[in-house]
Amino acid sequence: MENLNIFIRSIFVDNMIFAYFLGMCSFLAVSKNVKTALGLGLAVTFMLVISLPVNYLLNTYVLQPGALAWLGHEYADVDLSFLSLILFIAVIASMTQLVEMAVEKYSPSLYASLGIFLPLIAVNCAILGGSLFMQQRDFGSVWTAVSAGAGWGIGWLLAITAIAAIRERVASYSNVPGPLRGVGITFILTALMGIAFMSFLGIKI
Amino acid sequence: MAEKLSYRDVFFNPFSKNNPVIVQILGICSVLAVTTKLEPAIVMGLSVIAVLAFSNVIISLIRNTIPTSIRIIVQLVVVAGLVVIVSELLKAYAYDVSVQLSVFIGLIITNCILMGRLEAFAMANRPWPSFLDGVGNGIGYALILMTVAFFRELLGSGTLLGFRVVPQSFYDAGYVNNGMMILPPMALIVVACIIWVQRSIHKELQEK
Repeated sequence: MENLNIFIRSIFVDNMIFAYFLGMCSFLAVSKNVKTALGLGLAVTFMLVISLPVNYLLNTYVLQPGALAWLGHEYADVDLSFLSLILFIAVIASMTQLVEMAVEKYSPSLYASLGIFLPLIAVNCAILGGSLFMQQRDFGSVWTAVSAGAGWGIGWLLAITAIAAIRERVASYSNVPGPLRGVGITFILTALMGIAFMSFLGIKI
Repeated sequence: MAEKLSYRDVFFNPFSKNNPVIVQILGICSVLAVTTKLEPAIVMGLSVIAVLAFSNVIISLIRNTIPTSIRIIVQLVVVAGLVVIVSELLKAYAYDVSVQLSVFIGLIITNCILMGRLEAFAMANRPWPSFLDGVGNGIGYALILMTVAFFRELLGSGTLLGFRVVPQSFYDAGYVNNGMMILPPMALIVVACIIWVQRSIHKELQEK
């Protein structure tokens, strides 16, 4: 039940884009059409679902103060938490490499349309951000980490697909003032969607 | 291409004409998230300048020995090392600010400005121009950060750096702080306004 609650909250209330602005770079750059956006969204969701539990285990059994107690009690007061940034990013970067190879093999068209952004998932702030929030909030179990990862990923997917759909329409039907065209109007659209998403605040199951 | 740019251009272009945030659209996440108050914005700006300048120099020094297939991982490790140093320093000397910035110091690692500049500039240039490029882009980033934070703190809380600047007589006359400015979405609108102003001045940047 608690995990379901975290899952729903991660999608709507703690939405990566609208509440924390994580992963904005690829969000702005890849949201020109729905199909590419959907592909990237799925890749990000997949990465979050995989990397969050791995980093959770790493954090619980290696990095936290006292986490090494299972090695014997002379290690009980070792605190490796200063290494967490480097280890998290290493896990994420190697996972990305794996996803990249899988996508290249099974869906070359998606691979071609994602282009540079597939390797850049490694530096997508949403993914490292997920791991850092996980560390900060002391999740209870590995399943909490999985559900939060899935929630954040789906929330990101929803956001990028929705903005891509809106941008497709805006590009063909509306007359945007010159200086705002492209990026400018996307910022304003994202802000309006963010305000809409704020109405989910306080949702609880 | 970069060889033809003079050092002066390398340093000053990122301030406005080739600003990393509003023209190259890199590093948006932190611009939006840490700008409710001016003080964390300044600290964040300084941290990014430091990390960007030094990682540019380091990558530029070892650029000929990095195998291209693993360059992203090498870059990440260099940046992560520098970010760990910055974050430990902040925890030691500016604990309050580092609590306010929470995960965003760690997220400098995945700040796209870093990867963007490392890939686009440091991998192809000598250390000294890379250093200038790093500092220039860092300052360009910090400028936007501070502009956004200035307006959000002024309009949202009526303070600057924690000092009250909107006089009490305004409040007596019925002026109310705009609570919207504190909320996340308004950061996007402020950045959009900056883009609007900037692209009205530099017409060549407008999209057709």
